[in-house]
Amino acid sequence: MTSVAPVAAAKPGGSTPKKGGAAGRPSAAAWLVAVPFLAFVGTFLVYPTVLVLFGAFQDSNGAFTLENLTTLFTGVVFDAFVRSIELSALTAVIGAIFGALLTWAIAVGNPDGMLRRTVVAGSGVLAQFGGVPLAFAFLATVGFEGLVTKFLRDNVGIDLFAGSAWLFELPGLTLVYTFFQIPLMVIVFLPALDGLRPQWREANASLGGTSWTYWRHVGGPILTPPFLGALLLLFANAFSAYATAAALVSQGSPIVPLQIRGFLTGEVVLGQENLGKALGLGMVIVVSIAMGVNVLLQKRVAKWVR
Amino acid sequence: MGSLVKQRVLRTIVLLVLGVYFILPLIAMAEFSTRGREGSRSLESWTSIVDDEGLMEALVNSLLLSVTSAVLMLVLLVPTMAWIRLRLPQLQRFVEFLCLLPLAIPAIVLVVGMAPLYAWVNYFLGDSPLTLTYAYTILVLPFAYRAVDAGLSAIDLKTLAEAARSLGASWFTVLWKVVVPNIRVALIGASLLSVALVLGEFTIASLLNFDTLQVQVNLLGKRNAGVSIAVSLLCLIFAFVLLFALSYVGQRRRQTVVEE
Repeated sequence: MTSVAPVAAAKPGGSTPKKGGAAGRPSAAAWLVAVPFLAFVGTFLVYPTVLVLFGAFQDSNGAFTLENLTTLFTGVVFDAFVRSIELSALTAVIGAIFGALLTWAIAVGNPDGMLRRTVVAGSGVLAQFGGVPLAFAFLATVGFEGLVTKFLRDNVGIDLFAGSAWLFELPGLTLVYTFFQIPLMVIVFLPALDGLRPQWREANASLGGTSWTYWRHVGGPILTPPFLGALLLLFANAFSAYATAAALVSQGSPIVPLQIRGFLTGEVVLGQENLGKALGLGMVIVVSIAMGVNVLLQKRVAKWVR
Repeated sequence: MGSLVKQRVLRTIVLLVLGVYFILPLIAMAEFSTRGREGSRSLESWTSIVDDEGLMEALVNSLLLSVTSAVLMLVLLVPTMAWIRLRLPQLQRFVEFLCLLPLAIPAIVLVVGMAPLYAWVNYFLGDSPLTLTYAYTILVLPFAYRAVDAGLSAIDLKTLAEAARSLGASWFTVLWKVVVPNIRVALIGASLLSVALVLGEFTIASLLNFDTLQVQVNLLGKRNAGVSIAVSLLCLIFAFVLLFALSYVGQRRRQTVVEE
């Protein structure tokens, strides 16, 4: 509650400098208005981030060390990173391909139609707010007593869990992740498809082009950068995801976010208190690389879509 | 014409296959949550939602949090962003960077740094689940920023503010009577988004040991899968209704712009 108060106080404070240089340099008092926001973000975003990033370079006594980071490249931690990257890359590719198809299917339809509205709203739900409910959706569908599991066992004679408890391991995570990756692709990719002008298609047709020449020479080249950008975004999204995996996998920590859970809930080996922060740093680096390449791609797109 | 037919066939196949793929889990949830004893149907899972005190308490916490987070987000973001556009353009880039930063830092990483911070928060401000408001306001920043930024870009803020100021309005009046009404659609959008996000949040609440809706749903799943699945289905439907409504809010704005 305390951080709300300064906002109300700063507003009238900000009204005093009104005569001070409207066009020139803002007065010191003008800066005061931004203080509550900056103080809040500084405390609850920048401080925790810095804590993680610096903590990754400290041993349990606070002295500088690179040991946490070198540990990232050994044993179970390294395996978790490899698995996380594999899971994210695989679900990003699956999500991008099927998501692009679904996007195309709604983009060619009525822009204000019910179908499009439903798909876009449903995609928003699954892509951004799925989390724990998604894990339970899967237990209900292909869990030990799920609808599909029971149907296949009773009517077809196939036991989904004959081999292993795959739903609670990497294959299960891959399947579940497609349920937020495909919808995210729809949300991210739809603006790009909407940006294709009908005139281009008409020009192609009037010059004797076919559907193939249109996608080969017009649609394809224009959509490639946004498609790759969306692919990277999907990768970063799967890599950062935690809730669904945490609700599904309660034993073991196959992927990095679950490893971090282990460090937070107390399975800490003495002398490795800051290893969790190094894992966090590793995650931020991977996500930042994906996002950075994405920004470069977006700049390329901006030139074309104008 | 041939390609148009092909397009229609392909479109139908895509919609059918993916439609089934996404609707099947929903049907399974409805089926699972209405299972009774020995193959009969029963609404027991659904009725016991209301009887579960822990769940109801957590739901109240989450609903309160969704309101407090949306309010804190608006109070922090709207005056600051409007002011920056009017008087401090040199801060614009920096504030945008700060607001979008949570996209690059996964919540699971943020919570590692927040754990020690919340030890202090809980020491000074008590350990009410409502203290999560601060963390959640950070989480909704990127989405809220984009919505508010789009709203502010769509109006001629400088002219409106100057007109109001020349008529003797205080900055507070400008904000409350000129800026807010003009971007109310964007503010509603930003608020609905943050409500949906807060109601669905699990990572930070569970790892900081606060009792929110998703944390309870997850916990309950270990004892009684039926109830958890029923609540999960409710959550998905509720979020869908929110976002569906949001798509009409966006459209109304488009229409008014056209009319003007």
